[in-house]
Amino acid sequence: MRFSFVLSEVLTGLRRNVTMTVAMILTTAISLGLLGGGLLVVRMIDHMRDNFGDEVEVNVYLNKDISGTDKGCTAQPCAGIKSALEQDANVEETRYENQDEAFERFKRVFSGQPELLDLTRKEALPGTFHLKLKNPDRANVIVQTYSNKPGISSVEDQGIFLERFFGVLNGVRNATWVVAAIQAIAALLLISNTIQVSAFTRRTEVGIMRLVGATRWYTQLPFLLEAVVAGLVGAVLAVAGLVGIKGIFVDNVLAEPISAGIIPKIEMLDIFWPVAPILVAVAILISAITGYVTLRLYVRT
Amino acid sequence: MIRLEHVSKNYKTSTRPALDDVSVDMDKGEFVFLIGPSGSGKSTFLRLLLREEVPSKGKLYVNNFDITRMSRRRIPRLRQSIGCVFQDFRLLVNKTVAENVAFALEVIGKPSHTIKKVVPEVLELVGLDGKANRMPNELSGGEQQRVAIARAFVNRPLMLLADEPTGNLDPDTSQDIMLLLERINRTGTTVLMATHDHSIVDSMRRRVVELAFGRVIRDDARGVYGVGR
Repeated sequence: MRFSFVLSEVLTGLRRNVTMTVAMILTTAISLGLLGGGLLVVRMIDHMRDNFGDEVEVNVYLNKDISGTDKGCTAQPCAGIKSALEQDANVEETRYENQDEAFERFKRVFSGQPELLDLTRKEALPGTFHLKLKNPDRANVIVQTYSNKPGISSVEDQGIFLERFFGVLNGVRNATWVVAAIQAIAALLLISNTIQVSAFTRRTEVGIMRLVGATRWYTQLPFLLEAVVAGLVGAVLAVAGLVGIKGIFVDNVLAEPISAGIIPKIEMLDIFWPVAPILVAVAILISAITGYVTLRLYVRT
Repeated sequence: MIRLEHVSKNYKTSTRPALDDVSVDMDKGEFVFLIGPSGSGKSTFLRLLLREEVPSKGKLYVNNFDITRMSRRRIPRLRQSIGCVFQDFRLLVNKTVAENVAFALEVIGKPSHTIKKVVPEVLELVGLDGKANRMPNELSGGEQQRVAIARAFVNRPLMLLADEPTGNLDPDTSQDIMLLLERINRTGTTVLMATHDHSIVDSMRRRVVELAFGRVIRDDARGVYGVGR
């Protein structure tokens, strides 16, 4: 196999059909970029699960009477609730935070917003049991068991909020992938069409190649490689696009929640591993398969 | 070299067979004219030899390849043993004379040092030395056909198929092309030439196989064009 020959055929083919080549590369790039964006959202959700998974708590809020009067949780019904929680098989750790402590934490968290601090009275904050569960999936059992107990105003499962947030992110991911899939169909059709046009413009060459006894590798590999090269360039553009969007857009827009530690930062490394190799692999695979099928269906051997 | 045993070829689009129970033998080193009016089956005959088509019936052997039973993967090997020349030359207009000839070797994976050696040799053989770097459109029709013959012969095939190679040329140029084909034939290469050219067939006095309605109606060892019609 003379690679220099095949390579020069590929380059000639791409140049000869330059408008189609550009269209093919751009569509592929957009499709892969969206796929990559979706993959990054998945990574983000995974990071968040890792970060928050251990810290997700169930909060048991006491009513105003107890919160205001029983700071040490020594009297009934607070002491009873405490011992019930401590002996609950689902609960791994129980931490009591009284009104004073809750207010101190509130002041700390919202130190940047003095207006809010001025408006908030200490009495508005309830005493709280922060529970860490042995199995976070059992949170609803705790919610059901303790919600209506005397002295308890409400039981809140933080995991539900987190899941709701993940739900939004998953929705974003799914929407991205649907658009990526539609774009991918356009890319496939373009690749297929480009190969057909390419084969048509080179029918004299291919005819001669067949007559002098060139194998199918020689006659068809240039077309196949044309598609793969375009796919690869598309993948590189997609990765560059992701890096650009991250740097210019995502980092700025999400700067606050990122610095507050709510949303994990998308690192450059996340884009280069494993997203970039995945995009390159998908690009090669899809363009090669499309090319092969097109040649099989439309181009005589 | 070539053996057809009761070969028939039917196309789906036609009720009449393109070739009908044809049996012919051609030996190594022969020079054979294949004649007959348009639609008599000459092109189908040549296409079968190249395995562009498969016989509907009968057996066909070319250069020891069993055409009727060979796998697709072996087709390139068969075609590498056959050179082809056409009425319309089929040169690549964006390549020079030398590049056109080299192309036939490049695409079958010959190493570049071989190509560098044999391309000038074959250009000299066909009388085109000194024109290696010309583009096809700078050449006369006869010269273009010489390039096509050089390309067909550069891989030293066992057999040369020529489909009306003089069809686009004036009589004098046609004569030159025939001399060239004779010269190639003298190297031991079988030449099978489909033609309508009376004067060439009559003057060369070689074997003539005549087809009509897909059948062989004449096979003369030293024939002329007109007899038997």
